[in-house]
Amino acid sequence: MFLMFDIARGMLARRRRQTLVSVSGVALGVAFFIAIVALMRGFQTYFVDQIIDVAPHITIKDETRIPAPQAAELLHPGAAVAISGVKPRDRIRGIRAAGDKVAMLEAMEGVAAAPVLQGQALMRYGSRDVSAVVTGIDPARHIRVSNIEKDMTAGRLDDLRRTANGIIIGEGLGQRLGIGMGDTLTVISPQGVVLSMQVAGMFRTGIQTVDQGHAFALLKVNQVLQDRPNVVNQILVRLADVTQAEPMARLIESRFGDRAESWEEQSANVLTVFVIQNAITYSVTGAILLVAAFGIYNVISTVVFEKTRDIAIMKSLGFTEGDIQLLFLVQGLVAGLLGAILGSVLGALMIEALAQIRFATSTPSGANGFIMDRNWRIYAAACFFALMAAGIASVIPARRASRLDPVQVVRGAA
Amino acid sequence: MAPPDPPLLELRDVTRQLPEGAVLVRDVTLVFRRGEFVAVTGPSGSGKSSLLYLLGLLDRPSAGHVLLEGRDTARLSTNELAALRLQKLGFVFQFHFLLPEFSALDNVEIPIRRLGRLKGAAVRDRAMALLAALGLGDAARKLPEQLSGGMRQRAAIARALANDPALILADEPTGNLDTANAAAVFDIFERLAREEGRTVIVVTHDPDLAKRATRRIHLVDGRIVSDSG
Repeated sequence: MFLMFDIARGMLARRRRQTLVSVSGVALGVAFFIAIVALMRGFQTYFVDQIIDVAPHITIKDETRIPAPQAAELLHPGAAVAISGVKPRDRIRGIRAAGDKVAMLEAMEGVAAAPVLQGQALMRYGSRDVSAVVTGIDPARHIRVSNIEKDMTAGRLDDLRRTANGIIIGEGLGQRLGIGMGDTLTVISPQGVVLSMQVAGMFRTGIQTVDQGHAFALLKVNQVLQDRPNVVNQILVRLADVTQAEPMARLIESRFGDRAESWEEQSANVLTVFVIQNAITYSVTGAILLVAAFGIYNVISTVVFEKTRDIAIMKSLGFTEGDIQLLFLVQGLVAGLLGAILGSVLGALMIEALAQIRFATSTPSGANGFIMDRNWRIYAAACFFALMAAGIASVIPARRASRLDPVQVVRGAA
Repeated sequence: MAPPDPPLLELRDVTRQLPEGAVLVRDVTLVFRRGEFVAVTGPSGSGKSSLLYLLGLLDRPSAGHVLLEGRDTARLSTNELAALRLQKLGFVFQFHFLLPEFSALDNVEIPIRRLGRLKGAAVRDRAMALLAALGLGDAARKLPEQLSGGMRQRAAIARALANDPALILADEPTGNLDTANAAAVFDIFERLAREEGRTVIVVTHDPDLAKRATRRIHLVDGRIVSDSG
């Protein structure tokens, strides 16, 4: 029905100002939707990337979620036995048969695993004492599960193997101690082992707690330091497909029994905040689009009222109710479409403008402005919602127009 | 046995009553043949316009039947009635009711394009020919607001003729025109009936104009009190 489009176009063109108002309403709604969602998603994606980047996708720990079954429970299966405050048995802590487990994980497709021993230690340099977490790693394996190599500001992970009792520390930690590359410091473990270690590298991840309180050493060296020979207390896993982390963690836990935490579980607090943040974002932008839709509804309703006679004459000429409905629906959709196109351009400009803003405080990772998500899907979603809103907003007055009784109109006018 | 050539339009015992109870048209039976020029007269509120809307398939009777070319229209859907109006009927109202956004030419083209029998340049040619025949050849591309009252009404007649209808229905078409223009409009109707064989039914309250019709129907209180045909 090109004819109805032509008539709609003619009507829209003759009331440019009203059309402009409804188009700019939609355009603003679409632009704000795009800009705000791009801002929020950009920030969230950056944040998640940072988490995924720094943290392993799955961490297998030397813990179990459920305490081992107790004698009373085994003796009376199915009976109502409640035991609280089970004291952990004195056994050598650590993941049992860690080597086999790493080998099994490595055999799976798209899975890289690295055994580590993590423990507390006191760093002493001169009169300064700083407590830190020392992670004992196997550099060759660790590179495959962590991006720490990328964050190295001096030296390389592999240098641990070339330096006797080498240690890699965060820059923040170095600053707190007042030491730099090549300096030798004293490291004391809770078990009382004292080692003299040489700084073989430094890193900066951008996450303060890590930079100021973490250090890496060779797995063997840390086992000596912690006085836990041959013990591994974590297996870090990195997957080719991050989205599989949660199901894979469940699979590992069910197979090994050791507690396996996906990055989602470890950062559940942050991800929950994101859910709430998204809800706020979409309700605010949705409200803007809703207002724009009311604008269209208002304009089309006014037009239907003004065009009562024209509708009557068109019906008397032989136009059907469907024709009339289409005529006004098209006008609303055209306003929505023009608004969506204009809004997309405006939204893109707003994104670029926001990306220009720089904050005085620079984060260690180098980001001192908004990180914008320039995904085309945001534009598609905004345009889709705008067209939907325009369609719904115009279909109501369009239906009313199509039901006008020409006899009553003509009788009233004559 | 049905007659070989049924009358163009026929009303059988038609009554139109509003839901509130007022009776607009009461027990009217009428037969219109091709080429008739009919004037419907009567005082205000006598049901002239209501009768015209029933004849024009814009309104449905409360009782009785309206037959177009022998076909009962009572069971037809709203869309089927619209299709019949598009093909067989042409309306002219007291006010021109041209779409104000479009030129006279566009206004005439709209029903032609809606019917869709003619395509492309043929649509424009037919619209131009209709306007030219009514002396509007030079004003075809003007908007309604740029035309005089008489010209607008002639443009509205051209639009009514767009799809070559057998029946022209006019509701006080000269009500807004001066005497000269009113006479010109009646000249056109006379020609449409006599030379082109169309049936023209005009509602008017001007007795002088009504005299020019070949048949006069006088209504009072929704009833036919006289019918010269």
